[in-house]
Amino acid sequence: MSVDPRMTDPVSTDAPRTPATGRRIGGIPVTIGGVGAVVFSLAALFVVWRFGGGSVRFEIRETRDPSVAFDWGFVWAYTPDFLRALWVLIQATVGGFALAIVIGLVLALLRRAPVKLLSMPTAFFIEFVRSTPLLVQLFFLFFGLPRIGWIPESLRVWSSLATLIIALGFHYGAYCSEAYRAGIDSVPKGQWEAATALNLGTLATWAQVVLPQAIPNVLPALGNFLIASFKDAPLGASINVTCVLFFADTTASRTFASVELYTMLGLGFLAVSLPAAFLLRRLERRIGYERT
Amino acid sequence: MSAPEPTTGDTGTTPAVRMRGIDKAWGDNVVLRDLDLDVAPGERVVIIGPSGSGKTTILRVAMTLERPDDGTVEINGRHLYHEEKNGKLKPASEKHIRSVRSDVGMVFQHFNLFPHMSAVENIALAPVKVQGRDPEQARQQALELLEMVGLEKHANHTPGQLSGGQKQRVAIARSLATDPKVMLFDEVTSALDPELVGDVLEVLRDIAEDGKTTMMLVTHEMGFAREVADRLVMFDHGRVLEEGPPAQVLSDPKEQRTKDFLRAVLAH
Repeated sequence: MSVDPRMTDPVSTDAPRTPATGRRIGGIPVTIGGVGAVVFSLAALFVVWRFGGGSVRFEIRETRDPSVAFDWGFVWAYTPDFLRALWVLIQATVGGFALAIVIGLVLALLRRAPVKLLSMPTAFFIEFVRSTPLLVQLFFLFFGLPRIGWIPESLRVWSSLATLIIALGFHYGAYCSEAYRAGIDSVPKGQWEAATALNLGTLATWAQVVLPQAIPNVLPALGNFLIASFKDAPLGASINVTCVLFFADTTASRTFASVELYTMLGLGFLAVSLPAAFLLRRLERRIGYERT
Repeated sequence: MSAPEPTTGDTGTTPAVRMRGIDKAWGDNVVLRDLDLDVAPGERVVIIGPSGSGKTTILRVAMTLERPDDGTVEINGRHLYHEEKNGKLKPASEKHIRSVRSDVGMVFQHFNLFPHMSAVENIALAPVKVQGRDPEQARQQALELLEMVGLEKHANHTPGQLSGGQKQRVAIARSLATDPKVMLFDEVTSALDPELVGDVLEVLRDIAEDGKTTMMLVTHEMGFAREVADRLVMFDHGRVLEEGPPAQVLSDPKEQRTKDFLRAVLAH
């Protein structure tokens, strides 16, 4: 168990302390964390929108040695290409998920809006996105959207990677919004009533009271979605994102080394997913606080 | 207060709380029926009554935690749920409600402290976020309030590290921090272990002796009620059944219902 530094504070009141206004989660003030997530996802989106994201070309380096059951030399020769493709996949996942946690929160808040004109379409949108396959959404955004003439071209024609990031962002945003909703519902009614009794405004109630309690409850679910989105991101291969699956497909069709290539793929996913899951569990433990 | 003062009827002074014709029901379950209640500035009113008589609901209506189905509430002469426009009462905007509500504070049976904040942060939150005070100054004031409730040593403890009685004293300090003129106490000792009740009542006594704050208390502590209340109000079926000085109501109740209720409460 890591211990919150405030708990080990000597009780003397002049000990180092957090300012009365800044809520903290695991040492990071919530407001800074929230603003950081928004800025990061917008920056990721902008970079991809402006520069199209990294596209990698793969070349034939070596053919498979047919005399062995598993050609390690082949694996070794293609490892640099594989790593470049893995990097593209990680970019897509991180960019898409950064977008998803922001979109998810916005959707969760809109869905709770007291105005039906906002909450009803939001609920419909969430159900729609959750009920349609990511692959179909990808195809729509990549092949369908550019043909909708009345949308400005800069908003409808996206690079492969940008399309994947946007699709992951909305798809997992819809799932995340459900997780946020459960987290928000888990904050006891008495907390809202205390906020009313203290005459806190809407913004302060959310930022100071509700979200700092809801988000630690949401983190395990968000972590699962992060790993799930990493596993879904290779679908981008179908719209020519040069990720690992694209690399394995194109290389296998030229070298017929399917066993080696798809084994690399599996190991690559394992090498990223396992440490990520471990780090997430540690983060969850740090962020938990003692409940009353 | 700078607000325009509506006429207050026959008393001459503006009541701190004035309720007229309050109705509240959930489906067929009528909790408050055509209730009238006035509380004078600085007055300490203890509300007693059987469970389901509406005594907690009346506090929640005054705190805007429950909207009445009908009737009006005035806090220091300003309508809480209504705004006057062209001499007519219209449902109030959220902004108006917030402005009037700033005169009211409430302490809950189950404390409702914010578990992710230390005691001092709980207390300083509203002064900083609602009144826009300087954080350091608010913190100093929070520490003074903690000293007042005897918990200065626990300033940096989170609610999870405090006992029930300590939590409730922090909660009282928190609601005092914005200096509300009307304080509502909803069974604030009911969730506490018996040996912790005394400390909390001690703090309430201090507030009562100060005499500045109007207090409405729902409690089952009859000894405490006799000691601090200016007036005891007996609720039954969503109405005021009987009221008067505590000594008179407790020792010589007029209504049979009150007698039965007091016998049941005082039996243990």
